[in-house]
Amino acid sequence: MAKVIIVLANDISTDDIYPGRYMATVLPTETPQFAFADRTEFNARLKAREFPPGSVIVGGENFGCGSSREQACSTLKGYDLVVVAKSIARIFLQNSINLGLKVVICPALEASEGDEIEITDDAVINRATGKTFSQVQMPAARKGIMDAGGLIPYTRARLKARG
Amino acid sequence: MGMTVAEKILARAAGLASVSAGDVVEPKVDLAMSHENAALVINQFLEVFQRTGLTPTVWEPSRIAIIFDHRVPAESPKTATNQKKIREFVAANGIAKFHDIRGDTGGICHQILPEYGYVRPGYVVVGTDSHTTSHGALGAFSFGIGATEMASVWSLGYAVNIEVPETIKVVVNGEMPPHVGAKDLILHLIGTLTAQGANYKVLEFHGDTIRRMSTSGRIAICNMSVEAGATSGIVPGDAETVRYLREEAGVTDEIPLTTPDPDARYLRTVEVDASTLEPQIACPHMVDNVKPISAVAGTKVQQIVIGSCTNGRLDDLEIAASILRGKKVAAGTRMLVFPASGRIFGQALELGYVQDFMKAGAVVMNSGCGPCLGVHEGALGDNEVALSTTNRNFKGRMGNPKSEVYLCSPAVAAASAITGVITDPRNN
Repeated sequence: MAKVIIVLANDISTDDIYPGRYMATVLPTETPQFAFADRTEFNARLKAREFPPGSVIVGGENFGCGSSREQACSTLKGYDLVVVAKSIARIFLQNSINLGLKVVICPALEASEGDEIEITDDAVINRATGKTFSQVQMPAARKGIMDAGGLIPYTRARLKARG
Repeated sequence: MGMTVAEKILARAAGLASVSAGDVVEPKVDLAMSHENAALVINQFLEVFQRTGLTPTVWEPSRIAIIFDHRVPAESPKTATNQKKIREFVAANGIAKFHDIRGDTGGICHQILPEYGYVRPGYVVVGTDSHTTSHGALGAFSFGIGATEMASVWSLGYAVNIEVPETIKVVVNGEMPPHVGAKDLILHLIGTLTAQGANYKVLEFHGDTIRRMSTSGRIAICNMSVEAGATSGIVPGDAETVRYLREEAGVTDEIPLTTPDPDARYLRTVEVDASTLEPQIACPHMVDNVKPISAVAGTKVQQIVIGSCTNGRLDDLEIAASILRGKKVAAGTRMLVFPASGRIFGQALELGYVQDFMKAGAVVMNSGCGPCLGVHEGALGDNEVALSTTNRNFKGRMGNPKSEVYLCSPAVAAASAITGVITDPRNN
């Protein structure tokens, strides 16, 4: 069980998640401070560690559209947040998988801020409303990277196998 | 079954006789491009090699390109130090396709790659920049990836677990009216497809309008394909591709072209009659919020921006200069021009365009990403409005979430600079 900490509109861009002016900061250990920096109140609550790991950001369609900046994923991973969105832009989705940020695609999701939700292997259950929504399953090709714990360990294993 | 251009390229690069949409392949990478975010790529690359007992070695230095463009010259000690670290890595690893902050060989990555002949038809190109779709203009399968994925490519030489995308065929026919160009066409398409209408898909461009279009225009179209979510935009290589690579990029070796099979399978076909297009404007705060100029003409603008990887090429500057020549930028409006590369800047100097801009009151800036991404110059004040030839208008894009950005063609930007309000260049 985890709580929905914010519900966002469609087409949330990586400029919203991680504004361009902070792009000189690249290291995953340093990016979390700038998560949603232009949403000052939400950013302050994140930095104050108000939300426990596993807390859920609910997005609409096309979450993470725009730039390929990986900071948009590492900034959320730094707080161990989970993104559940109706659909996710390609590069953001791939970056999330590569960095081990948990993302769930749930096209019919209905959730409000404060709702407790449960994420199973194939569904999202909103405990506040009692409704269950099915997930779009990740292709097997992506599951391999997720199971390895991200693209770095996955690539490392390939390198070792090659010798 | 027949193959699309993307399928043919991926089959070749994966060493397979054929592939079709949905297959998972591991294509060899022909060119791997990064800009300042190479600093993060290097960090991730070194981490890949940790505890392997192997020496960190890039797979093929000649296939790696690094171009400084996002924050040039550096805006902060942090950026300058990142750039310094990248220079050291480039030198240590023998990466020759490196373009530092220079007035002659520097510029925006999506101009440098074509300009120097680094991209060829049929290539698999990856770049740590979403607008890497640009290079489909030369018939390549070219797509944006994150820094960690690039670290994996640097290590292995191929991209892991790539799903062959489905392709949408875009057929554009008809003569574009005067003062309507490639930018208007792609804005119109994004408005039609929506911002996620081509998510995970390839846009393959056909039709007589595309065949007649210069490589510069094709780059603008492929550049912005990502704004409809596309993995890649591709113009199949043709005579113009060969002309560009020979005459402008100085390529002398063989240039094989990849064309789709007649029975290639497309997800769907979108047809556009270019003769009916009018100048298009993407309104705040989404690139697919596209309206014909008549809907927003008269909107007051404080900042005009001409340049970027989308519209900072010589023909873009030429049309803007021709409109501004002998005129003045309106009081209360400022105008910034940033050519896409040092070479283009030099050509614009020789042809007098820079003089035209400066006499009109515009500020001509060095080549780079400049104000487009709101990093270090050309920021907007609260409640200010920009009209820009760049590619994104997300809230906060030009450095201030309390401002608005409209996107347009160079002709619209130039005509509007004179009046200080969004102005149809056909009325000049």
